[in-house]
Parts: sequence; C-alpha cells; structure tokens
Amino acid sequence: MKDHPSNLERTSMKRLIAFYTILYKEIHRFVRIWPQTLLPSAVTTSLYFLIFGKLIGGRIGEMNGFQYMDYIVPGIILMSVITNAYGNVVASFYSSKFQRNIEEMLIAPVPGWMMLAGYVGGGVARGLAVGGVVMGIAAIFTSLRIEHPAVVILVFLLTAILFSLAGFLNALFANSFDDISIIPNFVLTPLVYLGGVFYSVDLLPEPWKIISLGNPILYMISAFRYGFLGVTDVSIERALLIIVGFIMVLLGWSLWLLKRGTGLKN
Amino acid sequence: MKALSINDLRKVYKNGFEALKGIHLDVEEGDFFALLGPNGAGKSTTIGIISSLVTKTSGKVTVFGHDLDSNPDAVKRSIGLVPQEVNFNQFEKACQIVANQAGYYGIPRKQAIKRAEECLDVLGLGDKRNETARQLSGGMKRRLMIARALAHSPRLLILDEPTAGVDIEIRRSMWDYLRKLNREGTTIILTTHYLEEAENLCRNIAIINQGIIVENNAMGNLLGKLNVASFILELRKPLEKLPKLTGYRLARIDDRTLSVDVPVELGIHGLFDVLTLQGIEVTSLRNASNRLEQFFMNLVESGRNERPSV
Repeated sequence: MKDHPSNLERTSMKRLIAFYTILYKEIHRFVRIWPQTLLPSAVTTSLYFLIFGKLIGGRIGEMNGFQYMDYIVPGIILMSVITNAYGNVVASFYSSKFQRNIEEMLIAPVPGWMMLAGYVGGGVARGLAVGGVVMGIAAIFTSLRIEHPAVVILVFLLTAILFSLAGFLNALFANSFDDISIIPNFVLTPLVYLGGVFYSVDLLPEPWKIISLGNPILYMISAFRYGFLGVTDVSIERALLIIVGFIMVLLGWSLWLLKRGTGLKN
Repeated sequence: MKALSINDLRKVYKNGFEALKGIHLDVEEGDFFALLGPNGAGKSTTIGIISSLVTKTSGKVTVFGHDLDSNPDAVKRSIGLVPQEVNFNQFEKACQIVANQAGYYGIPRKQAIKRAEECLDVLGLGDKRNETARQLSGGMKRRLMIARALAHSPRLLILDEPTAGVDIEIRRSMWDYLRKLNREGTTIILTTHYLEEAENLCRNIAIINQGIIVENNAMGNLLGKLNVASFILELRKPLEKLPKLTGYRLARIDDRTLSVDVPVELGIHGLFDVLTLQGIEVTSLRNASNRLEQFFMNLVESGRNERPSV
C-alpha cells in the first residue's frame, strides 16, 4: 500500500527533525569541548605559519611565483579541514558505538542514510569552524587573497564531505580505540604531508612526481590552492572529478554497510 | 489487540550459536508481562530483535499489528526500550539526552525539551536536568534511562532488568511508577533477575530457557502449579536432633534455625500442630525463597537435566 501524500510529508518532516537533532548534537559536542577540537588546530597552524612561513620561508624565497608563506596557506587550511572533518566523525561515531548510545538512534525510526548525513554534517561543520579559525590566523601572518571564491567553497565542502565519510567508515569498522588512530596516523598524515602542502609537486624528481600523482590529496590541495592563488599543479576538472568520484565510492560503501548493519547490529 | 506477537522467531549468531529456536509469544495490549530466564537463555536477543538492535534469522514479529519487516518505522515508534546497561553519553546533560531521543522520533526541539523536562520531573530527576549523566548516581541513571525511553510516549515499554543494582527504596518507587504507567494504558514487558519484582508487578509471564519458551501463563496459574513451599523457621530453644515429621522434609541450618518443605496438601497449619506436640516452639517464620523463584528454579533445573551429557 502506498503512503498517503500527507503521511509522506509527515514522515519527511520527522526525518528532517531527526537529522537536525543529530547535527545539533554533533555541533554541540565539538563546541562543548573546544579546547580539544578547535584550539589545537589554531596552535599548530600558528606554529606552521611562524616556522615554515616566517622563519624558514623567508630564506626559501618564491614558489611558483608566490611568497612561500602565501603559497602554503591554502594547503595548511585544507590540511586542518581534512584532519578535523575525519577526526570529528571517527571520534564521535566510534565513542557512540563504544558507549553504545548509538542504540538511541538504532531503535528510533532514523534511517541509516539520515544517521550518516547527520554525522557527515557534523564533520563538515567542524571542518568549516576550524578552517575559519585557520584562515583568521593566516590573515594575521599574510594578506589573504582569493582568486576563485566558488572553487574555494566547492573544494572545501567536497573535501570535508569526503573525509567525514572516510572517518565514518573507519569508525564503523573499528573495534577499539587503537583502530581509530591507525588510519589517521599511518595513512592520512603521510598522504597529507606528501600531498604538496609545503611544496609544489613540480619540484619533485622522477619517479616521485609520478608516484605523487597517485595521492588523491594532492588534487584537493592543488584545486584549493587554485581557488586562492590561481595556480595549480594539476587540472582543476580532473581534481574535482577525483574528489566527487571518491565521495561516490565512500558514500555507496557506507550506505551498503549501514543497510547490512555492519559494525552496528548483531 | 495484541501489543506484541512473535511467531517462530529464530536467531543463529555468526559463530553458530542458536540463541532462539523458534519461539512463539503473544502479549496483550495493557498487559504487564514478565519475560524471565537464566543468563544466556535468549531474553536479550528477543528484546534486541523486537527493538531492531539484532537482526533475526527467521520468524515474524508484529507490534500493535505493524510488521517489523514491512513497517519497521511504525514498530519503532510504538516501542520504548530501557536497556540492561547504562548506554547514554556520559558527558551529556540529562535534559539533552532525553530531548535528543525525542528528536530522533521527529519531535521538534522546543517540544522535545518540554517533553524531556516532563519525563525527568515524573521520575524525580527534575532538579538534575542540567547535570551530566556521569554526575548522577546509579539509581538516577536507571531512572534517566526510563525517562529517555518515554520521550516519545511509546505504547509498549520494554524494560531489560531496569532495577539491577538499585537500592530497595528506589526500586520500590520505580515499581510504583511502572504500575502507574501500566494503569494509564502503557503495555509493559519486563525482564528481571529479581523474581520478587516479576511476582509483584506482572500479570502474565513467559519463561525462556535455552532459546525455547518453556512456560507461558498467567502469574496466578503458574504459582498455583507449585506443590511444595519452602519456609525457614526460627526456634525459641536450640534443637539437639532433628524432629521426625512425616510428609515434611526438614533440614537444620543451625541449632535454632530449620528449613522445611511443606507439601500443599499437608499445609503449614498441620506443621505447627506436629511441632507443638514435640515441644518445639517457633518464634518466627519466613519464605525460604519467593514462590516464583521456586517455580523458576524447578524449570531451569529440569532444563539442565534434559541436556545431553558432554
């Protein structure tokens, strides 16, 4: 039997409220513990700007025609977005699993995709908050300019969504707190640092340049840098396609796992 | 109308353990129902399946006529669950925990907060609404779990050992509240290890053992099946040797304390007559265990004896 339109409307409204509740809870969580969630990125990036930008950067000179400080700003902002979006979802979702309060949602009429949307929304919100803080700090050290604002916003949102999804998957499979630190420490951090945050990939000799092109984070940082400075190591279209492609894969995988109840149900 | 109907429900876990072997169970609307069984009998699996936390292997579950497979949302809206273990975010405030739960059921934030405050008030937690869960005592946490389960005004409340580790005063006040809730129309299913609790609160009972429902009856009928009652007798003077009482089974606990099994057909009145004739004066008398406990133990023991030897 098909649902009456008003029933469908009511169901949609209730689901929207459920989504808002998860999002509110997630944002409230990282704001409540801001010394753990917002402050560390502010301190770390200030140090990056001070050491790599001011002290060492002054001696490096120009990179692709820009002051070194200006060149590294987009990468440092996006690095904060990546680590915070990932970290927010993996920590929050795994601790919900660990404390079993995820059952609050599982027993309620909250579809899996809605739960995923709520957690990803929380990750994007934290990425946005931390990205904003880091941009504010960058403005102290250098005169920020944005050549293509639409690209900046698009890459920022897509990257935050992608790494929130990745954090969700990590938490879904995790069975201990060790499991949620392995990927960030041993996979994500090396990929971010080798993704051209502090240098142009053109500086690398072969075969490292070719190998670096296999790092998806390189495309995100290059596209983000293009939004700020108007220069890039790779094609913007290809970069956006790669990000969207990864999002589709991780989204499909997450939804499939949620439908099966992997990591959540017996 | 049936609040819950379970037909041929089976659950086999990935490791091959068969937790439920095709159980059938009906709970009428408005009932106060006890689901009892020893540890590992299948109670929590049954509750997990009804509340969508465990995926069933086969069988059919309907809640107020809504099928769990075809209309899970309607089933979920009908049920409030108080789990066995404390499972809320320890760093969230009591009011937020209940309001968030209401939000998951589609209640707008303002209404959800109002509803949370009402639920906390009726459970005596009104003044704790702004305290984080970890600041609450064990009894308060238990009551908070009930408040959370009531956030969306469910028609069926399932309580999985709700008074475990709670002191007697709070337990009694929780019983009063659950009775009130049941009188107001909420169907309640209770699992507990305190059989006195089930005997006091519930009108109907099912006992599950090794994944099978071994008894499903009205509480009165069930207790009527008991043909022996056990008592503890405190004596005025120490006994030198056990008296001989035909038909009664006696055992000495210490010099002044006896346990006695009294067959229903002989009755306790006859016991006092015989003891008086032998010059034994009883100063006090109490049940060795409650009646349901005796019945429960009989069933569980018989289940064990039927197990094939390994």
